[in-house]
Amino acid sequence: MIERAESAVSGIAQRNLEGYVGFANLPNQVYRKSVKRGFEFTLMVVGESGLGKSTLINSLFLTDLYSKDYPGPSHRIKKTVQVEQSKVLIKEGGVQLTLTIVDTPGFGDAVDNSNCWQPVINYIDSKCEDFLNAESRVNRRLMPDNRVHCCLYFIAPSGHGLKPLDIEFMKRLHDKVNVIPLIAKADTLTPEECQFFKKQIMKEIQEHKIKIYEFPDTEDDEDNKLIRKIKDKMPLAVVGSNVVIEVNGRKVRGRQYPWGVAEVENGEHCDFTVLRNMLIRTHMQDLKDVTNNVHYENYRSKKLAAVTCNGIDATKAKGQLTKSPLAQMEEERREHVMKMKKMESEMEQVFEMKVKEKKQKLKDSEAELERRHEQMKKNLEAQYKELEEKRRQFEEEKSNWEAQQRLLEQQKLDASKTMEKNKKKGKIF
Amino acid sequence: MSEIVPPEVRPKPAVPAKPTGISSVHGSQGSGVGGQGAGGGSSLLGYIGIDTIIEQMRKKTMKTGFDFNIMVVGTSGLGKSTLVNTLFKSQVSRRSTGWSRDEKIPRTVEIKAVSHVIEEGGVKMKLTVIDTPGFGDQINNENCWDPISKYINEQYEKFLKEEVNIARKKRIPDTRVHCCLYFISPTGHSLRQLDTEFMKNLSRMVNIIPVIAKSDTLTVEEKIEFKQRVRKELEISGIEFYPQKEFDEDMEDKSDNDKIREAMPFAVVGSDKEYQVNGKRVLGRKTPWGVVEVENPIHCEFAQLRDFLIRSHLQDLKEVTHNIHYETYRAKRLNDNGGLHPISTAPSGDTQESNL
Repeated sequence: MIERAESAVSGIAQRNLEGYVGFANLPNQVYRKSVKRGFEFTLMVVGESGLGKSTLINSLFLTDLYSKDYPGPSHRIKKTVQVEQSKVLIKEGGVQLTLTIVDTPGFGDAVDNSNCWQPVINYIDSKCEDFLNAESRVNRRLMPDNRVHCCLYFIAPSGHGLKPLDIEFMKRLHDKVNVIPLIAKADTLTPEECQFFKKQIMKEIQEHKIKIYEFPDTEDDEDNKLIRKIKDKMPLAVVGSNVVIEVNGRKVRGRQYPWGVAEVENGEHCDFTVLRNMLIRTHMQDLKDVTNNVHYENYRSKKLAAVTCNGIDATKAKGQLTKSPLAQMEEERREHVMKMKKMESEMEQVFEMKVKEKKQKLKDSEAELERRHEQMKKNLEAQYKELEEKRRQFEEEKSNWEAQQRLLEQQKLDASKTMEKNKKKGKIF
Repeated sequence: MSEIVPPEVRPKPAVPAKPTGISSVHGSQGSGVGGQGAGGGSSLLGYIGIDTIIEQMRKKTMKTGFDFNIMVVGTSGLGKSTLVNTLFKSQVSRRSTGWSRDEKIPRTVEIKAVSHVIEEGGVKMKLTVIDTPGFGDQINNENCWDPISKYINEQYEKFLKEEVNIARKKRIPDTRVHCCLYFISPTGHSLRQLDTEFMKNLSRMVNIIPVIAKSDTLTVEEKIEFKQRVRKELEISGIEFYPQKEFDEDMEDKSDNDKIREAMPFAVVGSDKEYQVNGKRVLGRKTPWGVVEVENPIHCEFAQLRDFLIRSHLQDLKEVTHNIHYETYRAKRLNDNGGLHPISTAPSGDTQESNL
């Protein structure tokens, strides 16, 4: 018989079950669903060239992601830092993992390395933005998670401490992504040097208040002990290699020197196994969670706050961040409306003025026109008079001429008549 | 006449040297008079004693002692100080004066010169190690070699002023940089931009000897590949490192130097700690997988570098600096200036004696 939990107002009462219900199977269901879906993990590697990043990735995932013919930096001397990503799908025990490795060739290689971290920051932000947009869409079926879950930062094994470039980079990225600093090519250092170097680095990290990825404390004491051991070893000193060498009859992965073989998977030689276990076997999910809950949320709140209070100066913005977005929007709308009204009145004013001007101009031109009209009329009349005058003269002349013509004609008639008479007379002759 | 020479001063150099009869004085004396036995000329009817001049020179050198100035350049953490200490088997670098890493990396490249007088076999040498902390450590390393070239030119200037003086000192103190050890980071890929820029700018001013630092990071194959690549890049960029091809005087020099040039840049490891290996005490670095012996030629090329630098070419370095680099500087200065009163006779081999 199962006792029903009371819908108590205060707290949730814990009841003991008296039979097997079966929801203990829940983790299995989750497991099966996740396995079907597959996992994604994005790992970013940053560091100067020649620190063994590609070799380490190959060693971690036991694949040749970067083949031997992978062009070394000598072939890729670029002026700016590039960000390259390569995806690979690996399967193990029925679980498939889409692993994305993001590489940053050219980091720290130029003579002037100012702002060489900018492309990296831009890349991380763009991935977060993609996810934000995907989340805000109406149709959220397919939401690929391309955010960078972990950034392995490779420190050159100088044996002294961090370089200014290391400090700058980590300071700028520790609140955007999980940063795990590693000491590269650790077979350069003797154990004492390594210890000293690690302490120095941790001291400098604390001095500059850099927040590297911290392992969460679990409730289990045993696990806590292990975690403390890992914490003591930070930053991890790693050596990478995929070459198998035979040592005392065993086959191990390592690097062969004339004075011995540095084994990759030997805990006394380097911390590679610690890194691998931590990264893949125990804390991969935690890395993803921290990315989602902390870094992504930081990005999101910053981004959305920037969107809602655009144009408002910082001091006001701080107070308005606490308002709910709806009130924010109301206020914005009101402001907008006011602005519109103001603009309208202004425009009206301008309009009035323009109209007045135009009218004035029109009047002026009208007057002008009138004047001209008058003048033209006068001119016309004068011409008309002239013309009349001329016509009269002409008429006079005409009548004169006509009179003359008539006279001439008369004369001619007379002349012809007399000629006829003469002719008749002549004929009589 | 080898009986005059006490044996302990002349360990056989690892680099093939000239035949023993004459090489016995090759180590730290002027080689200007070294080739006397080989030259043709009239045969002598009896023993005159001309060859005792070598002995006379030796005595003089031992009395006056000589200077050697070596500069080490490279980004921090490459083991420069340790290597110099190992080279001269004594605490001669910055480290010895209690410098610790707690000091912040300087904002600009500083020049720190530390001088010591070391003695061996009656011969005194004033060794000056010039360190350049802050080189290549900043985020923006544009022109970080400017302080270095300024320093080198200043030393030439000082020497020039002394030389041009009317009342000259008998022995002008020589602070010019005779040799610059440039430390290449063992990335395993190729030279970095900073390396090529630096060497391009300075190879005409001073003798540059590139070395691959912390070479215990590279396996044997990686080392060979890296060296080849570095040499090729140096060739492509037109960087002439010491020993420069153009200054080989005769066939013998050329063949010796060719062998050295083939082996350069030397891949070195430095250490000032001693460990027990096979019953012997050796200088080395102890790692969980073995002990890297510094003087073992299979492990690294430190012994070669040391022999080359100290046991066979020390005097040559000084000579090239004086006869070539300094002369270039001087000619340029006199041409540009025109103000300094012209010195008609170029310094011949005789004045060179005063520098020893």
